[in-house]
Amino acid sequence: MLTTQQLADIEQNPYKADFPLLAQNPDLTFLDSAATAQRPEVVLDAERTFYTTMNANPLRGLYRLSVEATEAIDEARKTIARFIGAVDEKGDPQGNQIVFTRNASESLNLVARTLGPKVVLGPDDEVVISIMEHHSNLIPWQQLCRATGAKLTYLRLDDDFRITPEEVAAKIGPHTKIVSVTQVSNVLGVQNDVKAIAQRAHEVGAYMVVDGAQSVPHVPVNVRDLDCDLMAFSAHKLGGPMGIGVLWGKSEVLDAMPPFLTGGEMIDSVTETDAVWAPVPQKFEAGTQDAAGSFATKAAIDYLASKDMAKLEARERELATYLTDRLNDLPYVDVIGPKDGSRHVSAVAFNVRGVHPHDVASILDMSNVCIRAGHHCAQPLLNYLEVENRATCRASVAFYNDKADIDRLVEGLDKVWSIFGGAVDTKEA
Amino acid sequence: MDRSTPASLYNAQFMDHVAHPDYKYQMDDPTYTHYGVNPSCGDELTFSVKIGDDGRIEEAAYQGHGCAVSQASADMMSDLMVDKTPQEAIELCKLFGRMVRGEETDDSKLAALDEAASLKDVSHMPARVKCAELAWRTLEEMLENGSGEPGSTATASCTMPPHTHDGQE
Repeated sequence: MLTTQQLADIEQNPYKADFPLLAQNPDLTFLDSAATAQRPEVVLDAERTFYTTMNANPLRGLYRLSVEATEAIDEARKTIARFIGAVDEKGDPQGNQIVFTRNASESLNLVARTLGPKVVLGPDDEVVISIMEHHSNLIPWQQLCRATGAKLTYLRLDDDFRITPEEVAAKIGPHTKIVSVTQVSNVLGVQNDVKAIAQRAHEVGAYMVVDGAQSVPHVPVNVRDLDCDLMAFSAHKLGGPMGIGVLWGKSEVLDAMPPFLTGGEMIDSVTETDAVWAPVPQKFEAGTQDAAGSFATKAAIDYLASKDMAKLEARERELATYLTDRLNDLPYVDVIGPKDGSRHVSAVAFNVRGVHPHDVASILDMSNVCIRAGHHCAQPLLNYLEVENRATCRASVAFYNDKADIDRLVEGLDKVWSIFGGAVDTKEA
Repeated sequence: MDRSTPASLYNAQFMDHVAHPDYKYQMDDPTYTHYGVNPSCGDELTFSVKIGDDGRIEEAAYQGHGCAVSQASADMMSDLMVDKTPQEAIELCKLFGRMVRGEETDDSKLAALDEAASLKDVSHMPARVKCAELAWRTLEEMLENGSGEPGSTATASCTMPPHTHDGQE
C-alpha cells in the first residue's frame, strides 16, 4: 500500500511533457512499456543531430566527419558502459566491452552462436535457463542444445514465483556449461537474484549470461557487482531508438568468442584464404552500424541520468505497487504473479476471470488504453503456470505514467466486466 | 487517435452469442468434423456438419474455446449455414474472409452473411482477423477436403499459419 505522500507523488507527472507522443495524445493511456518505451524528444533530436551534423560512415573514413561519427559511437559505448557499471578499478567506463546489435534477441543469438562453439557442448553437457525466459533467451539455447545434443535444463519457480537457492543448487551442477537467466521477467515482473545464480554458475565453472532487457530500463544494474559474464538488452525499452541492441561482456569472454557475422568493418586484414579479426567490439559488428541510433541511445541514457535514475526507479515502484493494489481490489481480476506490488518491476500480468485477454485488450483499446495480451513470447512459462487460454493481460508502467493512467485502466476493466460479467461462467470465482 | 477498436463490436447481439451459444454442442453422427486452431491465440474449435439427403447442411455445431470473437463468430456462422449447400457454404466463407480483411465493404453483398455481417468491424482490428476467421476457415477447409466423399467422417487437424505474432518484443 502506498502512503498518502506517495499517492500524491504519482498524481503529479513532470515527465509526460518530454515525450511527444504522450504530450500530443493526452487521452492515450500507454501501459505497454515492457514491450517498448516511449521516446523523449531529446532522443528524436539526437537522431536528427547525428544526420545533420556528423553524418559519415564511421570507422574507415580518414576525414573529420567520419572521425566525428566514430567518436560519437565510442562516446555512446562509454555512456552505456557507465550506465550498467561496466567500469574498471579506477571507475573508467569500458566502452570496448559494449557490442552494438539490432536488439536484445540478436545479442542473445550472438552469444548462443559464438559462446556455444567456444564451449564445445556435447551430450553430457547442460545449458541452464529459467522457465520464465522470453523466447529470445530460450529458443537460441533450445536450438543450440538440439544441435549439440546438450541438455536444456529449466530453473522452475516456487509457489511464490521465486527461483529458490535450493533450485539453483540442484539444477546448476558439474555438467552445466552455460547459464542464461533473465534478471526481470517480462510477464511476471519479478526480479531474479542473478547475482546468486552467477555465483553458483561460476562455482561449477559455467558461463553466466543475463537477459537485461526488462531490468536495465527500470532498476540499477551493475555488471561488476552481479559478476555475470555477458548481458543483453535493447535501447528501445529504455527510451532509445528501435533497432539498437547491446551486448556487454567481460573482455576476456568476448575476446575468446569467435565472430558472429563476418564481412566489412570487422576485420584487421584479409587475404584470399584467411582473415584476421578486428578487436572487440568491432569483431562482432560486421557492416555499417546504426551510428545515429547509437548516438540517440546515448541521449536516452543521458536523459534518464539527468532525471536521476534512482528517483525514476522509486516512482516506477510506486506506480507498479498502485497498479497491483488496484488490480488486487477488483473482485473479477486475478493477478498472475506476486500479489505484493513491491515485487513488480514495471510489469503486472493479470486476467479478467473467464474473459480471453485478447477481448480484454480490444475493449480497453476502445478507451484508448494500451496493454499487451497474449503469451508475451513466453509460452513455456504460461504452460507451466497453467493459465487459462495460455495467455494473460499485462500492464507495464514507466516513470512517464501517472496515477490517472492506472485509474483509466481500472475504469476500462470495469467496462470489460460490464460487458462480459453476465456472460462468463464464474464457477471458479 | 481514432484508430482504436470500434465500440460497436461487443454489442448485445454479439454478447448473446457468447453467453448463450445455440450451436455449441457435441453433434451425434456428423458427416464431417474438422479441427481448427490459432496457435498464437490458443483459439481452438472443432466444427461438425451433417449433410441431409437433399445434399444441404442439415445441422451445424461446434465445440471449443477461445476469445469471444472466435466463439461468437462460430455461433453466427453455424446459424447461417443450416440449409445451405456445401458450395454455397464455401462461397459464404470466402465472402466472410474478404469482409474481415477489408477487401469487401459493400453492405448489399455482405447482407448474405446475415448476422455475421456485424463482424465487419473486425476489418479495422488486424490482430483479431484470425480470431473471427477461425470457424469459417475450418468449415471451408473441411468442405473443400471432405465434400467429395459424403458419408465419411473426415477428421483432420489443420494448423493455421500464424498471421501475426503477438507479444513481439
